[in-house]
Amino acid sequence: MGQPQSRVELKGTPLHASHVRLGARMVPFAGYEMPVQYSSGIVKEHLHTRAAAGLFDVSHMGQIALRPRSGRIVDAVRALEALLPGDVLGLAAGRQRYTTLTNGEGGILDDLMVSNHGDHLMLVVNAARKVVDETHLRSHLSQSCIVEPLLDRALVALQGPAAEAVLAALAPELRALRFMDVCSVALLDTTCSVSRSGYTGEDGFEISLAAEAAEVLWDALLHNPLVAPIGLGARDSLRLEAGLCLYGADLDETTTPVEAALEWTIAKGRRAGGERAGGFPGAQAILGQLVSGVARRRVGLRPEGRAPVRAGAPLFGSEGDPAPVGVVTSGGFAVSLNVPIAMGYVPPGAATPGTRIFTEIRGKRLAVIVSNLPFVPTRYKHR
Amino acid sequence: MLRFTKDHEWLRVDGDIATVGITPFAQEKLGDLVFIELPSVGATLDKGAVAATVESVKAAADVYAPVAGEVVAVNGRLAEQPGLVNAEPTGNGWLFKMKPADTSDVDDLLDEEAYNGLTAAA
Repeated sequence: MGQPQSRVELKGTPLHASHVRLGARMVPFAGYEMPVQYSSGIVKEHLHTRAAAGLFDVSHMGQIALRPRSGRIVDAVRALEALLPGDVLGLAAGRQRYTTLTNGEGGILDDLMVSNHGDHLMLVVNAARKVVDETHLRSHLSQSCIVEPLLDRALVALQGPAAEAVLAALAPELRALRFMDVCSVALLDTTCSVSRSGYTGEDGFEISLAAEAAEVLWDALLHNPLVAPIGLGARDSLRLEAGLCLYGADLDETTTPVEAALEWTIAKGRRAGGERAGGFPGAQAILGQLVSGVARRRVGLRPEGRAPVRAGAPLFGSEGDPAPVGVVTSGGFAVSLNVPIAMGYVPPGAATPGTRIFTEIRGKRLAVIVSNLPFVPTRYKHR
Repeated sequence: MLRFTKDHEWLRVDGDIATVGITPFAQEKLGDLVFIELPSVGATLDKGAVAATVESVKAAADVYAPVAGEVVAVNGRLAEQPGLVNAEPTGNGWLFKMKPADTSDVDDLLDEEAYNGLTAAA
């Protein structure tokens, strides 16, 4: 039960000292030493986020600005659209969208947020994919854009039903933001870029700000009794309840957006017959899958018993089948529902909600029910 | 008197029955437990065999039999209240009871001072 010792040099976020002061248990994650939980523990942190407001340090994530060399945003937009199947041209200034960078086979290089800031685009990418993404973006976009990783920025997320009230106490105009709006706003005299989004299924905000200003804002938000610090452990259990993908677990370079049930991120205009059909890496494979289907689909899974089913567990079509037909890619415990939940990939014939399939834990076959996602209804503020 | 393994199980002998659980150190490291899989009553375990599995929100950890013997009881309350292991790891959060095959095995386990020395270094 000991902790593995890492010999890798780990980075700290601008809030590292705050985490230590708060009594966080720090663990290596994507090259950073990050808080997996604070003193109250994952269960309380999870429930607090659903009941009030949770504060997350997500400064390890990559923030990359794309600045058009021409000065015209449309040139950055067109260039980026050549790397992903989303609609960036239709993304108005002050709006953000979830999308995927794809490779030539249609596999997902990374999943990310793209926002339009009027004169430039901002990308928020996974910590573990920063280097891959930057190399990819530079090699394809350098002619049209300056690809600028923002290394001196922190990113904090405030999530939960009380997030709006907490943040509006600092900047009342933030009440007007809708889900996936972004704006520039002063919080405690620091200019921040705030989006109404997150990774928990709750209403909430993500706040990008200068690294040196992060601790002041972090401490001020924590001073509100509605706010508690939340570690990566609860971040993972919250996102799993919300049916959100984790890169490296549910998504990788061999998984297409259609297999991952992310076809809603493939814009109408980028599909066959659309005004900007195709024109992104792997278009042939991905658009073909939209028509003829896929061999596997990401689904929600609910184990019938109490035992959590973890990532890597095989999935079988029946209790006696010798060969697996799929695999669990994320699994754990739904703290809000007090039952185990998971996500995984199964053949289309087994992907219908209600289908009873099997997994194997410690040599025993256990039934799991294919389920709709999300497991817990999302509470985004759409209007 | 409690005896300990380096794998963070504890064992308490009462007559010819030994009660087994995980240490306060182990439950603290694991965090909030949400599921406990216990052995079958009547099962015969070798010393060091996987006897139970304790699962937190994040991960699963095996619990090993501190000594060889037969499982004579399991803590049924843990099915509904796995958090008892966090709250009272050496009390109501016990996992199972066994009848050691050889009571001299117990003497090979760590005493509290030796165990505390081990965890202080961890």
